[in-house]
Amino acid sequence: MNAAGFPILSLLTFLPLVGAAIILSVRGDAAVVAQNARWTALWTSLVVFVLSLILWARFDHGTADFQFVERLEWLPAFGVGYHMGVDGISVLFILLSTALTPICILASWEAIGTRVREFMVAFLVLETMMVGMFSALDFVLFYIFFEGVLIPMFLIIGVWGHDRRVYAAFKLFLYTLLGSVLMLLALLYLWYTAGTTDIPELFRHRIPAAAQTWIFFAFLASFAVKVPMWPVHTWLPDAHVEAPTAGSVILAGVLLKMGAYGFLRFSLPMLPDASATFAPLIFALSVIAVIYTSLVALAQDNMKKLIAYSSVAHMGIVTIGIFTFNAQGISGALFTMLAHGVVSSALFLCVGVLYDRRHSLEIASYGGVAKIMPGYALVFMLFTMASVGLPGTANFVGEFLVIVGAWRVNPWVALGAATGMILGAAYMLLLYRRIAFGRITRDDLRALLDLSPREYAIFVPLVLLTLWMGVYPQSFLSFFTASVAGLVERHEAALGAARLAAGM
Amino acid sequence: MYVGAIFFPLLGATISGFLGRWIGDRAAQWSTVVCMALAAACGILAFIETVMGNGATTVRIATWMNVGGLEVAWALRYDTIAAVMVMMVTFVSTLIHLYSVGYMSHDATIPRFFAYLSLFTFMMLMLVTADNLAQLFFGWEGVGLASYLLIGYWYEKESANAAAMKAFIVNRVGDLFFMLGIALTFHVFGSIEFDVIFAAVPQHLDTAFLGVPALELVAVLLFLGACGKSAQIGLHTWLPDAMEGPTPVSALIHAATMVTAGVFLVCRMSPIFEYAPTALAIVTFVGATTAFFAATIGCVQNDIKRVIAYSTCSQLGYMFFAAGVGAYQVAMFHLFTHAFFKALLFLGAGSVIHAMSDEQDIRRMGGIWRKIPVTYGVMWVGSLALAGIPFFAGYYSKDAILEAAFAAHSAVGMYAFVCGMAAAVLTAFYSWRLLILTFHGAPRADHHTMEHVHESPAVMLLPLLVLAAGAIGAGWLFYPSFIGAGEHAFWAGSIHNAEHNHVLHDMHEVPAWVPIAPAVAGAVGILTAYVMYMFAPAVPAMLATRLRGLYLFLLNKWYFDELYDRILVRPTLATARVFWKTGDARIIDGMPNGAAALVAEASRGAVRLQTGRVANYAFTMIIGLVIFVSLFLTGLAR
Repeated sequence: MNAAGFPILSLLTFLPLVGAAIILSVRGDAAVVAQNARWTALWTSLVVFVLSLILWARFDHGTADFQFVERLEWLPAFGVGYHMGVDGISVLFILLSTALTPICILASWEAIGTRVREFMVAFLVLETMMVGMFSALDFVLFYIFFEGVLIPMFLIIGVWGHDRRVYAAFKLFLYTLLGSVLMLLALLYLWYTAGTTDIPELFRHRIPAAAQTWIFFAFLASFAVKVPMWPVHTWLPDAHVEAPTAGSVILAGVLLKMGAYGFLRFSLPMLPDASATFAPLIFALSVIAVIYTSLVALAQDNMKKLIAYSSVAHMGIVTIGIFTFNAQGISGALFTMLAHGVVSSALFLCVGVLYDRRHSLEIASYGGVAKIMPGYALVFMLFTMASVGLPGTANFVGEFLVIVGAWRVNPWVALGAATGMILGAAYMLLLYRRIAFGRITRDDLRALLDLSPREYAIFVPLVLLTLWMGVYPQSFLSFFTASVAGLVERHEAALGAARLAAGM
Repeated sequence: MYVGAIFFPLLGATISGFLGRWIGDRAAQWSTVVCMALAAACGILAFIETVMGNGATTVRIATWMNVGGLEVAWALRYDTIAAVMVMMVTFVSTLIHLYSVGYMSHDATIPRFFAYLSLFTFMMLMLVTADNLAQLFFGWEGVGLASYLLIGYWYEKESANAAAMKAFIVNRVGDLFFMLGIALTFHVFGSIEFDVIFAAVPQHLDTAFLGVPALELVAVLLFLGACGKSAQIGLHTWLPDAMEGPTPVSALIHAATMVTAGVFLVCRMSPIFEYAPTALAIVTFVGATTAFFAATIGCVQNDIKRVIAYSTCSQLGYMFFAAGVGAYQVAMFHLFTHAFFKALLFLGAGSVIHAMSDEQDIRRMGGIWRKIPVTYGVMWVGSLALAGIPFFAGYYSKDAILEAAFAAHSAVGMYAFVCGMAAAVLTAFYSWRLLILTFHGAPRADHHTMEHVHESPAVMLLPLLVLAAGAIGAGWLFYPSFIGAGEHAFWAGSIHNAEHNHVLHDMHEVPAWVPIAPAVAGAVGILTAYVMYMFAPAVPAMLATRLRGLYLFLLNKWYFDELYDRILVRPTLATARVFWKTGDARIIDGMPNGAAALVAEASRGAVRLQTGRVANYAFTMIIGLVIFVSLFLTGLAR
């Protein structure tokens, strides 16, 4: 059936729901239920993570085809099936999701004190949706998961968030939903013309150039919001600021990747002509995103907002990479997505460490914490430098490849992307300086404790991962070499065919 | 051996950084010193092996990235130019580590300091042994990180934090161009490995990019990167501020690691630069200007470390214009000799500061030479070498640079020669101004400080004496192989001179007055300093008042910081606020929030319509009916 010998993707997708069901079935005293929910959620997510390592071990690097494929009849009359599978583009995002979930649960161990059971259930449902989305090979299935992610996220922000949580939750929901409606229209059109919603089938289906344009924009409306691209990014800072730490981590770590993944999975292979035509538009928006949001980040007084804006800038690099249509650019974009998933998650966790102690997100309430929290200062420094894109850390590899790839297409785009290097250094170092350096002037800071063993358990894997990705990125790059090559090849072939047709 | 020279410092940094809390300060610092000493031993052996033994070797460690034809490896490339750097860096760094044991003995976080110091050295070694541009960039950024950490080592001082940030960000401006240079290199050559690039240069002589010869553009971009790291005019502003770090750090930054990276890059990329004449002219011009400009500032500064910092800036200018006229070997030679006497001067200054209870202002020193004779002696040696007085190390290299500039027979070469000569006078002048003000005359420090003036401990003096020996001997010892008769065999192709480049030959055939001129210039500078500060101390003050404009211009470092603050920093921050408050909050958020408000408003209006009064409804119905009927009658609705 597939390389694992059993339906691993479905198992990974739906196992968290089993955990959620167990949590829901527990009755008793509130404290017991809460503790039980934490442990059940942790164990479930750990089991899922360990199972997902099978994907790491058994994935065949040599082929661009979908692997671990599962296919069931679902609505055969409509050409809709239950079709799961991964290729080099999606497999690592499943691992990213399964790896971040236990970390998030650990991070919420003490931070979430109310409705613990519901929180853990929401998180496990979220994991199901994320894994399902990255492994879906049917457009309808994809759409269900893609939209399904919103529900637990909406609740996590709206119920467990900070003061303006309701505003932020609605903003997140409305923004993303608006784009999705247009994608649904495009989906209906595709189903209507191609008679199927099977993604590999759709790859083979050639969409007329005229239709490509509006479908491209329908997709763009949905994916651009998720990425988020300038100028539809403003929901992100609000969502981050109001979300609890774990919510921010998943938001930055996985949810932001959904838009870029959408571009890679749908826009590029299905709409090659439109993608090529509108690449300059994407470049323009992305370069604006890099420079504009980096500048805005420079002016922030709130730690989470600053990191949120930096995320938008980093995702600008990703969208540039995707639309270069060459191996370096797309690999760089994928790598930046992974690196950003690790590094900015870690940065939000770093913010969470401070928030748990002082209950403030204002940068001005800190200063000089390096003196009393040396372990924390080291970890925070490492991730600051990773975010800046220092070679030897994960982000550099991605940015480097994107800039090299972008240069081949348009040097000015590369220059625009590279200015992020300077501005990124400015805002991250300013943040670090204002939080960790200087003399401690506030008495309430003097009693802060350094990282606890639980917090070390959260950070150590992320630290190791960041360095591993920076020093030996080949073990990740090799996953998507074949798929990216296939994507580039198909894209060029499609463009060539189009040109041939135009020539005749 | 090859690997050990590079990775021992990393080992030391790891031990000290991660285990320092458990093994204690002493164990941590000595473990780094021992690791550095081992690295230095390996470095010297590797140098001997490379230069006299098997020749160049490359040790491949692992693949870094391999993406669609872009192959990048982790590798250690040992050819002469790399081996020279490895030997020099490990050797000087070991001495600086040793010195730091004494200098930092009262510090609170010793393991952290030594971990940073070793990390710094490791990054520099990765830089010089890179066999491709990406790994070079790794080391390049790595020294940027380490310098950031070390300059901001005393993080409770706001000025130190500001200086650290400035160093990192200004360096990043250069790095941006370096990165683009790498991207262009890959675009042109399809590879970023040195061997492949250098072999392919002849095929790309005519390749154009955006209407410019591609090689020129590559060279200019890389040089802009080098400007950031090597503090050339325009991107130099971070270097004097970097004085905020502990003194051994300054010695390391200025002598062995970091600032020499830019010069190294230009020499390493000589096969490209050789075929980029315009880029070389730019290099020469910028280098010469920096040499002069930094020397003028050095004459009026009052912080002992700042004076020496500007002298580094100026000496780097010399190295650049040497490379710019095609004499890369000479640039490397000056880099090599400079490492000894500049480390010596900084560590000597550190010894003075140590003796003066952390006083750095030379206006509050004086009259201490009898109390710290060894420091005084080595500072003399360092200054003599810096001023290019015959038979000290600097004489050989600086002389050769000026000869090469003269022998270039080009307008820009002549400009460099004139700037270089003027800078030579100024260099000697400010060096002796420093010596006289620091050590001679009546004591200007308070009584309390003067009582405590003491010679440094042996652990600090030993490195000083070794470096002093280097500052005396490194010149004549290495002159024959670096730029003399054995030059060709020594470099063994690791530096490329094109067929049209005869500068190494021509520099020996300049008119007889040229080789003597730098020494004379040095003597003139020294004499002027003696006259002004020893015999007629009223003159400097009088000059400062008479030429107040010029004095302030120099004292404020040509107003570069103010200029940048006005035209770059403040506008950027202002734009940032505008983007945030107006762009994001008002315009972008304004639209959806406005739309939301509109919907809410409209629904409120709709609610108001439903008043519940039958009369209103009836009235509305009648109006509707009238409209429909009239439409129907006029035929519009047909």
